[in-house]
Formats: sequence, structure tokens, C-alpha cells
Amino acid sequence: MSEELDFTQIEMSELIEMIHDYLYDGMADEVVAGVKELLRRDVTPYNTLTQALVGGMDIVGVDFRDGILFVPEVLMAAKAMKAGMALLRPLLAETGAPQVGTMVIGTVKGDIHDIGKNLVSMMMEGAGFKVVDLGINNDAAKFLGAIREHQPEILGMSALLTTTMPYMKVVIEALKDAGLRDKVTVLVGGAPVNAAFAEAVGADAYCRDASVGVETAKRFVAIRRNQVAVGKP
Amino acid sequence: MLMNCDFILADGAMGTMLFEAGLEFGDSPELWNVDRPEQVRAVHRAYIQAGAQLILTNTFGCNRFRLELHSLQDRATALNRAGAGIARAEVKAAGNRALVAGDIGPSGCILSPLGELQFDDAVIGFAEQAAGLIAGGVDLIWIETMSDLNEVRAAIEGVRRISREIPVITTMTFDTHGRTMMGVEPEQAVTTLLECGVAAVGANCGNGPEEIVDVIAKMYAVAPNAVLVAKSNAGVPSLVDGRAVYGAEPSAMARYADAVRSAGARIIGGCCGTTPAHLKAMAGELGTSAHLAERMPLKAAGSI
Repeated sequence: MSEELDFTQIEMSELIEMIHDYLYDGMADEVVAGVKELLRRDVTPYNTLTQALVGGMDIVGVDFRDGILFVPEVLMAAKAMKAGMALLRPLLAETGAPQVGTMVIGTVKGDIHDIGKNLVSMMMEGAGFKVVDLGINNDAAKFLGAIREHQPEILGMSALLTTTMPYMKVVIEALKDAGLRDKVTVLVGGAPVNAAFAEAVGADAYCRDASVGVETAKRFVAIRRNQVAVGKP
Repeated sequence: MLMNCDFILADGAMGTMLFEAGLEFGDSPELWNVDRPEQVRAVHRAYIQAGAQLILTNTFGCNRFRLELHSLQDRATALNRAGAGIARAEVKAAGNRALVAGDIGPSGCILSPLGELQFDDAVIGFAEQAAGLIAGGVDLIWIETMSDLNEVRAAIEGVRRISREIPVITTMTFDTHGRTMMGVEPEQAVTTLLECGVAAVGANCGNGPEEIVDVIAKMYAVAPNAVLVAKSNAGVPSLVDGRAVYGAEPSAMARYADAVRSAGARIIGGCCGTTPAHLKAMAGELGTSAHLAERMPLKAAGSI
């Protein structure tokens, strides 16, 4: 089907808007065709990623936050995004394009509920992050191991149960003991979690939903890079 | 049963009560049906004493998809049967004053094509759970906390593979901008599920009593003749000294019971955070304490 689409006569700004719409509607083949056309026009892989794909997923994120889109539509959009990403990933590596960032994410020890965490994971990938998903039921050692291995800017922890959320504090204390706390921004989320809890356990921020998670992660990565740029720790 | 009374008081929470009784983080509550049956039975007893006329078995996560996370999937039938047996024994000890509802919760997976779980596999998993519950002697099946209509369909089909007759109640969780996580509106839920032939439809869990009253009102507006069900959380939890505390006092849950009855609900109970003390206050508000129990012929389970 995508082979039949002819984008060659379409203006650049309109083409990017079309890709945004295809993402919004979860049309993977059309997204891939649009990405191919941008690359054919010598748009860099990085600009294709940020303007067409990440830009489109930002719109999805806002409408999800506002209750206009729900999980099924977001999952379809994320799948379409992934199809586009599959095309771009090797090119991005080749061109040495800047990474949006890396996130390690998992549900904490004792918690086996992962739908919310999976959604965050997909939205973060949708925003161009490299996501290392540790799955469910992770103890502090597993989080620490992944942070040492992948050196992410962001650590995301999720809990659905009021009985498991206190374990987030255990992980954060373990990060401190290992001297890793300053290396990573800790975001927490999940149904029973709130901002006061995030502060109490020593996290950097609470994220109400996946779309807030993406916005917050981007903000913290930008802050970190600015600090590095001006030579602060 | 409902033909003989205006409404039924269902029970409160099981999970949060078992955590109070010492269930450890991350352990399967369903395993207690075999390992600590006296604790599960004590929760049932407390709810019946508080006035519950319908109790849910301790089998919410007792489908093979959830049990797999504890490597217990091969014990699904036995754990469901045990859970049903515990509730049945307690009801019998209490002079058959309550109905036993076999509790079926979500698979925790997203169904294909959005997710990985195939519809037919979901049906098989739910049928396995229903078989255990029915063998253990439940009066009806209660499918709850659902967010995807397709998954509810799979659960109903699973139950129907085991029994054509057993009454089925279904409730979904409307916790996302007034819809379920998967975007299902209350009106759509009640219309679709009534077409599936269920005995009663409603809402459970969620963001506390106020929101569930709105959901029931919306359902009533499109299905005034349906038997509507409300089973609300006792508010939204906050963390105090490392423990979850639910915001709603018993008096607040009593007000919720009255409000949701006015909105059109005929089966009323509580979800997470609701204790026997809350339920007693609700029973007092609804006036269900003694006289209804006498009027209810509970033998004919099929007549709910």
C-alpha cells in the first residue's frame, strides 16, 4: 500500500504535517513511506526523527493527557512510530546524531503490574529515547546494575500497589550508597503515587501519566546537558 | 433474588484486608486459599456480619495469566475451587444469608491486535478459572475491574463454555477522564454488556465514590431497567508512615451508598480500602440489616 503513495509533489511543511496525522491515526505503512520521502529529500535522519516522528508523538501525548485519546490509540501511534524508527535507527547510528537520551525503567520489587510502565516505555521510545525496560518486580541490585551498564540520564520506577510503592525509597537509598544518585534523574509514577510521595522518597519528580513522563524526562535531560555544557558537575 | 428486594449489599475489599492480615508484598493473595484459608474465611465472616448479602471469592488474580507471574499457573483450577469452597463454607456457617460470587479479574495483558494476548487464549484462560469456581460451588460469576470490552467478552465466553445458565455480573473501572483506561464510556459499557446477556452491569474500583456516582447516573440514563452495580474504592490512597491509608471514612462510604442508590444502582458494595466497618455503615444507611435477609430466598441462585 505504501508504494502507491506519491509524496514527491508535496511541500516539506505539509509532508511533515501529514506524517504527524499518520502517526496520530496509527498508520504505520504511511509513516514509513513519509519517512522514506524525507530521507530521499536529504533531510538528516536526526531532523526526520525530531520534526516528523517526535513532533507527531508530542501531539499524541498532549491529547492523551487531555483525555482526547486513550490507551488503544496511543498504542497504535507508538507502533507506527516504531515502524518509522526501525528505518531511522541504523542511519542515526551511522551519522553519529545526538541521542535524545536513555532511560532505564521497571516496576519495583513486589509489583507485577506493568501496563502503565509499558505505556511510559512506548511513549519514551516514541519521543526518541533509548529505553532499557527491566520489566516487573525489580530489586535495587537490578536497577543499580542496569544504571552502571547503560548509564542512563533517566531512571523511571513504577508501582501500582500502595504496598509496593515504599520500595522506591529503598532503590533511591541504594543509589545514594553506591554514589550513583547524582548521575541519574529519578522519575516515579503509578496509580497510588503522588508528588508528595515522590518528594518524601527523594525522587526528582512525580509523573502523573506517560505523557507527563515524557515531558519531564526531556526537561531534565536538557537541564543536565546545560550543566555539562557550562562545566558544572 | 433481586425480584424480592430493592437492592443487594455486596462486600468490601479483600486484597487490602489480606495485606492487613500479613500478606507480603508481591505474594499471590490467591495462594492463601490453600495456605491460609482461615484468614480468607475471617474476611468473609467479617463482611457477612457487617451486613453483606453477596461476597466475592478471593480469586481476583486467579487466572493463569496473573498466576504465571508467581509460577502458579498450573494450580489455577485448584486455587479457584479452594477460594469458592472457603466462601461457600462461610456462607453456610452463617445460615446461607449471602450469595457467593466467583470473582474474575483482568488478565493484566493487552489483547491482540494492540497487545500480545490472543482472544481465544484469553477465553481458554477464563474458562479454566470459571470451571474451578463453579466446581467450588459459586452462585454466580462476577467479572470486575475490566477496562477493555473485548476482554470482558472473552471472560463471558469463557464462563459460558463451562455453564450456559450461571448468572454473570460484570463491572468495569472508569478511572480515566470518566472512561476506562482503554477509553470505554459508561453508556457504551452498559449497552454492549447487556447485549452479551449479563445479569447486571456496573463500575468498580476507580477514583473514589464521587466519580462512580456519575458513572452509574450515565448508565441509568441509557438503561433504566438494567440491574446496575457500584463497588467503589474508599477514596484514593495516600501513604502515611509507609502504609496505604484510604481517604474515605465509614460515614463517607455510607453517604456514597445512598447517593449511588439514588443514581440507580441496585447492587452496592465497596472496593479497595473498604473494611467491614465501612460496610456496616453502608448497611445502616441502606437499611439492609435484618429485614431484607429474611425476605431473600437465596437458594435459587439462577434468579438474581
